[in-house]
Amino acid sequence: MAVKVISPGLSATVQDLGRPGYYHLGIPLSGGMDRFALRVANMLVGNDEGAAVLEAVFMGPELEFTTPATVAVTGGDLPPKLNGEDCAGWEAFPVKAGDRLSFGFLKSGARAYIAVSGGIDVPVKLGSRSTYTLGALGGHEGRALKAGDELAVGAGGAGKGSVPENLRRLPGNPAELRMLPGLYWHRITAEAGKRFFADTWKVAPEADRIGYRFKGGTALDFVPREQPFGAGSNPSNIVDACYPYGSIQVPGGTEPIVLHRDAVSGGGYMMVGCVISADMDLIGQLQPHSPARFVEVTMDQALAARHDRQAALARVRAHLGL
Amino acid sequence: MSIRFSFGGDEHIFGEVSESMSLEAFFTSLSMTNAVKAAGIKGVTEICPANASFQVKFDPDAIKPSDLLKELQGMEAAASQSDASLQTRIIEIPVYYQDPWTHETLMRFRERHQDPTKTDLEYAAEVNGLGTVEKFIEAHSSQPWFVSMVGFVAGLPFLYQMVERKRQLQVPKYLRPRTDTPKLTVGYGGCFSCIYSVRGAGGYQMFGITPMPIYDPNQQVSYLQDEMCLFRPGDIVKWKPINRDEYDAALEAVEQNRFEPVIRPATFSLSEFNKDMAGTNAKLMEALNGR
Repeated sequence: MAVKVISPGLSATVQDLGRPGYYHLGIPLSGGMDRFALRVANMLVGNDEGAAVLEAVFMGPELEFTTPATVAVTGGDLPPKLNGEDCAGWEAFPVKAGDRLSFGFLKSGARAYIAVSGGIDVPVKLGSRSTYTLGALGGHEGRALKAGDELAVGAGGAGKGSVPENLRRLPGNPAELRMLPGLYWHRITAEAGKRFFADTWKVAPEADRIGYRFKGGTALDFVPREQPFGAGSNPSNIVDACYPYGSIQVPGGTEPIVLHRDAVSGGGYMMVGCVISADMDLIGQLQPHSPARFVEVTMDQALAARHDRQAALARVRAHLGL
Repeated sequence: MSIRFSFGGDEHIFGEVSESMSLEAFFTSLSMTNAVKAAGIKGVTEICPANASFQVKFDPDAIKPSDLLKELQGMEAAASQSDASLQTRIIEIPVYYQDPWTHETLMRFRERHQDPTKTDLEYAAEVNGLGTVEKFIEAHSSQPWFVSMVGFVAGLPFLYQMVERKRQLQVPKYLRPRTDTPKLTVGYGGCFSCIYSVRGAGGYQMFGITPMPIYDPNQQVSYLQDEMCLFRPGDIVKWKPINRDEYDAALEAVEQNRFEPVIRPATFSLSEFNKDMAGTNAKLMEALNGR
């Protein structure tokens, strides 16, 4: 039982819920960037929510199935086609041996999650099937898919229906990314902090699984200081430290970068805080040039948002009778 | 020193032991992370020591952020007084300085460099007042280095020079990071040396290349079969300058999987080191060379 890759799209990788426990060695979590969509794709085909799926970005792959299976596509609006015929996203559908799944042009969002019943069965590396391409670790041979690859699939069952739009979760326009100020926030002036939240930023072309760069806002002014020993001469430099997931570093004070699932684990740039865990999924659905704002929240608000996201997943489970 | 704590979103606590780098700050950070590990706190998922700071990742559904913060604050007094000594290893890393591959790469990114008319080594020699590249290489390779952090990308060591502060080399990072760095490049930024474990972006100055793998996701390299990453915080490194012929021979041995790194057990005590740096380093060299 397998999926053959006819064409790989822009960059499709195998992802699950990630690889915790190795960040201290510089090996990041990896896993789906929009974990809400990844979980729902798995629910729709009757998998464990953390089964491995394909994550496609901007442009879909073309796949051929060698045996019957159940498939679902969630995430951004990348319209699936079965043997050239349109079919619905966020809905399970059966495929036969020899069927081909392809995609139309991306209409909204950035990433689609393609779940196959039984899950994509690549070898488990350090507890996960996720691909960490920078470290050539996990997934299919540690890399994005190429034409001609064949992926084994586990044994699976029947589909579970569909998920209506009101139960899905995608970013607004502009995207509102809630963030908790902290880390090296004290390094920027109060005025710079105000402008950081007031400005509307745009996703820069440098936006990938490691991090998303934003531009178009006002450069940050730093509180003057003599740079500490070992930090480096730019006011945005710090002695190389750990980088949290979702942390917002601002090299040179100009363009914020939000680190994502394949984050570099540390480095020498000051960070102004972190995007909260509940909004990490939304970043994975932002295209270059789309507008975004950072919205200040407190820890209590961050935890409430986290519970709201969990409740949204629970509503999907209830809807599907899981 | 008193640790500055800050939440990194709802899933991380960040602790800055000191704004500036020192081995004292490193040891406090290491003691803190060891104490967190030993405490086995429910909900803690990642414990990451860094040069002069550390980070703990947690599941706020399992432990309240404010409760975890209190636990960490309770460990601070013991950590800052703990004995700064280690049973560790000294590892010899062969380095082919001024190699053709990092040279080709640095020439492609001259417009991102402070001084486009010089190589990275020429620039580093000049800003450290050492005059010649040869003298800079001698300063870089003559004394051992301390692994004070592992990270950025998989298995990349940050190395801190084990000499008096006034002798420590400092070189700014590139003005804008490169989009390419050869795998196993020996780099330099701020007061840290590093070894790029994988090919990719980087902002550190490039001095040379080692033939010795330090990260193997396939776990085929003889000494990386149990652990994918060679380095751990607290390891000690000695650079060994090699020429092209020695580099080629080492690379051939690596390709045939018969390369044997020189790794010896060593002890390190911060108080002894601070009392007598030359003597401590001489003992480390004895441990390395078996003399």
